[in-house]
Amino acid sequence: MGNSIDNFLGVHAQALAIESRRTQLLASNLANADTPNFKARDIDFRAALAAASAPGGNGSAPGGALPMASTSSGASLGGTAAGGAQDPTLLYRTPLAPALDGNTVDPQLEQAAFAENAVRYQATLTLLNGKFRALMTAITGQ
Amino acid sequence: MSSFRIFDIAGAGMSAQSVRLNTVASNLANAESVSSDPTTAYKARHPVFQATLDQAAGSNDGTGASVAVRGIVESQAAPEKRYDPASPMADANGYVYAPNVNTVEEMVDMISASRSYQNNVEVMNTARNLLLATLKLGQG
Repeated sequence: MGNSIDNFLGVHAQALAIESRRTQLLASNLANADTPNFKARDIDFRAALAAASAPGGNGSAPGGALPMASTSSGASLGGTAAGGAQDPTLLYRTPLAPALDGNTVDPQLEQAAFAENAVRYQATLTLLNGKFRALMTAITGQ
Repeated sequence: MSSFRIFDIAGAGMSAQSVRLNTVASNLANAESVSSDPTTAYKARHPVFQATLDQAAGSNDGTGASVAVRGIVESQAAPEKRYDPASPMADANGYVYAPNVNTVEEMVDMISASRSYQNNVEVMNTARNLLLATLKLGQG
């Protein structure tokens, strides 16, 4: 029976989880804006959402754990050795201008992406709220 | 709940940038601290940042790379040799040794650290607002 509520919520529950993950990723990019050799990363939202909502995939567990690779504790992210490299939706950002210290974070670009992601998150929340309100109307019959 | 890691990440970023601001303050304050010996002259200090994956927080998704200050290195540039026989710190030949602090570089570093700090504060504020909105999900 829980599955029908999942179906009713549609893609929004998964979208919220991915947007939350993207917020964390962009926060990490901004925190490492001055770290030498840090490579900025971002999520391919369309691919991640398609993977999460695919039948038999993680779509059966909305908001559940997304498949990610783990690395050893305290591992350096310098160079190509990065955690989550096996996740096809987790990509490295292509730098617009090369930096001498090997850092590929463009703070302005990350800020814009962060703001955009925050608005998307709030939009998803609004849509989910509407769904819940419709459910409550159906349950209480008022 | 992985969303709360954003606070750890942004907090680590703020802490790292404040260490950087501290070193800038120390370098600027000591920019004119002359010494009578090149080995004891003050040397400019700079923090070395390193990205870290924090698994202690129970996160195995590899998304949130935090930042940590790996250490503070002293600049190896030679101290500036000045002829100032009137100074009480002058050596036998009348020279004093000024620190290898580049004040212009330090000012630029200060502005950069300040902007990065503000970025992290903004991230924290936005994350807080989003989490509060999520807590109210389904309530209206």
